Amino acid sequence: MAVDALKCKECGERYSLEARFVCEHCFGPLEVAYDYSGMDVEEAKRKIQAGPHNIWRYSDFLPFAERPKTALDTGLTPLVHAKRLGEYLGGLKNVYVKNDAANPTHSFKDRVVSVALAKAIELGYQVIACASTGNLANAVAAHAAAQGLDSYVFIPTDLEEQKILATGVYGTELVGVRGNYDDVNRLCTELSAEKDWAFVNINMRPYYSEGSKTLAYEVMEQLGWQVPDRVVGPIASGSLFTKLHKGFAEWLDIGLVEGKLPVFHGAQATGCNPVAHAFEQGKDFCQPVKPDTIAKSLAIGNPADGPYALDVARSTGGTIEQVTDDEIRAGIKLLAHTTGVFTETAGGVTVATLKKIADRGLIDPDETVVVYITGEGLKTLDAARGTFEKYEIDPTIESFNQLKPKPVPVTA
Amino acid sequence: MAITVKIPAQLRPVVGGNATVDVETTGTVSDVLDALYELYPELRDRISDNGELRRFVNVYVADEDIRFGDGLDTQVADGSDVTILPAVAGGC
Repeated sequence: MAVDALKCKECGERYSLEARFVCEHCFGPLEVAYDYSGMDVEEAKRKIQAGPHNIWRYSDFLPFAERPKTALDTGLTPLVHAKRLGEYLGGLKNVYVKNDAANPTHSFKDRVVSVALAKAIELGYQVIACASTGNLANAVAAHAAAQGLDSYVFIPTDLEEQKILATGVYGTELVGVRGNYDDVNRLCTELSAEKDWAFVNINMRPYYSEGSKTLAYEVMEQLGWQVPDRVVGPIASGSLFTKLHKGFAEWLDIGLVEGKLPVFHGAQATGCNPVAHAFEQGKDFCQPVKPDTIAKSLAIGNPADGPYALDVARSTGGTIEQVTDDEIRAGIKLLAHTTGVFTETAGGVTVATLKKIADRGLIDPDETVVVYITGEGLKTLDAARGTFEKYEIDPTIESFNQLKPKPVPVTA
Repeated sequence: MAITVKIPAQLRPVVGGNATVDVETTGTVSDVLDALYELYPELRDRISDNGELRRFVNVYVADEDIRFGDGLDTQVADGSDVTILPAVAGGC
């Protein structure tokens, strides 16, 4: 067992492994620390390969003494060699799409919720809760239902209808808050002090966020125990982005893989760009913004891990980009047309960012590049509306033959 | 007039376990925090560093993040709530 303690990322103060997310001394974020010094690397690799076909195959690198079991299996989603996408981007030979829409509730949030839920159960909680932009709402409601726990899900009232329906269906207590995500988050932070509940992304946040590391582990294992040269990931709060980095760094440090860290490119929407803006300005902190973008799952104007996301991009020689709503729609279409994968708006943001850095000539044709698709297109259907034409005919051959077929463009 | 300051769970032990503290002052967020530090000197180092808020501390006046206003110079209207919260919450 490698899990060791909770440790403050700012001042290094250590705490025992309980429901706690903020350093008592400096208010810095707490993170799970591990001691891998006694780990037999070959044995660890063998255990992973013999492990279950879900994220628990990586439980030696997650905050548990023993491998947890949860009711809704998550992870081992496809890593697709996207040859046509690579060709379109100027002859890139090794572009891979990590399609995390292929999870139980169709986003990467199943990973973080699995870890938070397992820890909440271990700590004796009866009620699971979250502040969500939608995907997390789906995951918390579903995993709590599968486990037989009560749940409360807090969302902004203006969320996409698909995400509201795909949450309420699981029988959660669904609370729409009149405000944006940052208002919901502030309310839940206050509520977490009043309620004896496991808020997965507040008092359980150090554990929850560790779940995102499995998106790095899986990619390395699926590439044949290789580290990609470059990754493109979305940034909302910055948690996923920094935990991808932690996942790659851990396996490099202990020698489970060889090479060097990938170059990290972060992806934000222009309508919610606090981290991209700080990157451009050369700042190490983020000025909050009021989000206005179709990429609602990334619409966090006050990103908790923004400073660390900036560190990750800068220390790996990467960038943090921003793309417009039109570029996001074009990104969704490009991915669908070249890979058959239909992503939600967040994936449109990462694909548009990949295109942007490819157009800039940053990517060598032989490099291995992984673009993270974190959610499913069926959850944000409005983004696809009006982006293509459809024919309407009478049920006769004559009517069909009168059609003038149009060439199908690859992008919008 | 009194300003009510909402205290986050992590700081309540420093203020006698209370969830709120009333301070008798008017002016800016800085003035309110100074009045708070008068009552509970230990708070100063916990949430500020060299006169600035620590980077993982968020302060709200009437539920609006002061970084959308004038930061520590944001005026606090009589009867408003000031909320102190850890920044590290939420997200994906």
